[in-house]
Amino acid sequence: MQDKNGLYKKRNLDFKSITKSAGFTSLSSALMAIFLGLVFGFFVMLFASPPNALAGLQYIIFGGFNRIGNVFYFATPILMTGLSVGFAFKMGLFNIGASGQYTMGLFFALFAGFMWDLPPGLHWIVSILAGMLGGMLWGIIPGLFKAFLNVNEVITSIMFNYIGMYLVDMMVQGSSIMYTADKTRTKYLPQSAQIPSLGIPNSNVNLGIIFAILIGIFLYIILEKTIFGYELKATGYNKHAAEYAGMKGKTNIILTMLIAGGLSGLGGAFFMLSPSGIAGSSMTYEPINIIAANGFTGIAVALLGNSHPIGTIFSAIFISHIQRGGTLASLVGYKPEIIDLVIAVIIYFSAFAMIMNTTLARIIESRLEAKANGSDDTVDNMVEDKKDSADDMKGAE
Amino acid sequence: MNTIYYLIQNMLPVAISLLLVALGGMFSETGGIVNIALEGIMLFGAYFAALFVYFVQDSGLNPQTILLLGMLVAAIAGLAYSLLLAFAAINMKADQVITGTSLNMMIPAAILLFSKMFFFSDGITTRINFYIRKVPILGDIPIIGNMFFQRTYLTVVIGFLILIIASLVFYKTKFGLRLRACGEHPHAADSVGINVQKMRYAGTMISGVLGGIGGFFYSVGIMDGNVNGHTGVAGFGFLALAVMIFGQWRPGRILFGALFFAFLRTLAYSVSLIPFLYNLGINQTYYRMMPYLATMIVLAFTSKKSRAPKAEGIPYDKSSR
Repeated sequence: MQDKNGLYKKRNLDFKSITKSAGFTSLSSALMAIFLGLVFGFFVMLFASPPNALAGLQYIIFGGFNRIGNVFYFATPILMTGLSVGFAFKMGLFNIGASGQYTMGLFFALFAGFMWDLPPGLHWIVSILAGMLGGMLWGIIPGLFKAFLNVNEVITSIMFNYIGMYLVDMMVQGSSIMYTADKTRTKYLPQSAQIPSLGIPNSNVNLGIIFAILIGIFLYIILEKTIFGYELKATGYNKHAAEYAGMKGKTNIILTMLIAGGLSGLGGAFFMLSPSGIAGSSMTYEPINIIAANGFTGIAVALLGNSHPIGTIFSAIFISHIQRGGTLASLVGYKPEIIDLVIAVIIYFSAFAMIMNTTLARIIESRLEAKANGSDDTVDNMVEDKKDSADDMKGAE
Repeated sequence: MNTIYYLIQNMLPVAISLLLVALGGMFSETGGIVNIALEGIMLFGAYFAALFVYFVQDSGLNPQTILLLGMLVAAIAGLAYSLLLAFAAINMKADQVITGTSLNMMIPAAILLFSKMFFFSDGITTRINFYIRKVPILGDIPIIGNMFFQRTYLTVVIGFLILIIASLVFYKTKFGLRLRACGEHPHAADSVGINVQKMRYAGTMISGVLGGIGGFFYSVGIMDGNVNGHTGVAGFGFLALAVMIFGQWRPGRILFGALFFAFLRTLAYSVSLIPFLYNLGINQTYYRMMPYLATMIVLAFTSKKSRAPKAEGIPYDKSSR
């Protein structure tokens, strides 16, 4: 009896050391959220048109593999907004303003692309940087409001999403150089302002995705290896403790929002400066007074990647993948909006997937234990488990 | 004078919609749950009510009866939707802002999906006219009649009634006091035997009811019976949150805030009718930004000494005393 118990405890420890590592929990909760999101999407499709539901689900899950170039192309802007939201999350700020910063970046990039005459090798680089500047400008505002006036960044961001959107649409429509009224869209950018294409056939994928991934890795280094990153995370965990330890809370808030805004702005620039499939043309922007969806998708991307820069890279590619699949689902009669719905459901569940997981794990583990041990020492383990799960809950918060 | 009448007549439906939603936010937040999802709740309520109106509009019922029934439908829909927030925030202790955001994203997508599949458009437009040209007798009173009882909607009267009821519940009942306790200091409330979870559920559900009704009133009074997934409720849920903060979580001041924002918005959309503003030659888009800018200015001045419920946004955990 004694022996058996000791043996069991050892195995138990090993099992837990895997399941309890931070990476594993966030991965498993992300997968859980994705699974529930897809199940929900399937039920919606089943409700809307039963005979095609299975085919629709297949398109959503596997459709993207046929258009891998475009998956990366559409992943670029949402990767940037995802990094932006995730970066602010690390500091405990909710950057719902990624949309406005994205739109602002898009406009600044557009402006630099049309209005400035620069040599071909330099023009697109300057335009990208202009986009970053635009995003920074719109990102720093919620930071300033939060730091100096104690206004919640969520409300500020939302208000400035609207202000930015109206402002950009007005300025785009007001310029005859950028805008063609009869197409209600912007004109094609000059060739020199377009980001060089990677040359993959049948897709618009360009250098932007490479930059975006590099930026993700760079952010990872900042967060993990620099003092600034450490302070940022410390403030995110416990604001008061961080300030007590002498970290400059206000400066860090402003700096974080500045960087987050710049990241979203880059997303807008990468989107806007892309060449499109037809030679000589480029992406266009349609000013129709709607808040950019890519900013909100960024929230999903960040949450799914657990705000970790590397995780965000993968989750952006995944979301882009099911988005491509979603457009293919229209082949069997479903509208692409089904994906927005699935993404929203994924966010909903990922907000509490961690807790759900620990509950589930607790149930499974106690079942396993009951089987392995017989009834003698189950009670003992149950008590132990309860303690563990209490620890988990704290970790999840 | 006619311009002033026009502004007031157009402002009231806007103000009522904002007022109801802001009151909803107040109930939810004084209970301790941050309700960013108001935008989604509004749209959800509005859509279901519009569906209802769409199917009964040819039945020959009195338009005002349909309005009341539609209001009921919107209230139930809003309540149902708010339960999603309550479940995540209270039972699952999820981040309330994130949950709210996801609920906001879900509805426009769902509306576009279903409207495109079943109505072949972005939303629903109902044909019925809820507009009241002139209320008998009351409409003939000089000045006041012109302002409040001509070219109006039934929604305005209902809105003021709800405001009175909400204030009474908030200040004069045991429930209101307990709810506020749960948002200020849930542990203290718990220690005297108040069920914090239940109270928070109640607060969120009330916000669902008011949010749903507010959404329906928005579609009736401002969009002429149209609900679509593209424009949704144009950020009214968020504006209502700003109104609530402006009103410092108190019904009376919320009314004042709602009127103020509604006035700005109405002004922005009727610039072309006011010769003085029109002749200034300012691009109308600037006026459209005004409610949002005004929100920021107001918040900048009020947030320092904010009287926000102390425990809002924090999941209640018995053990973390």
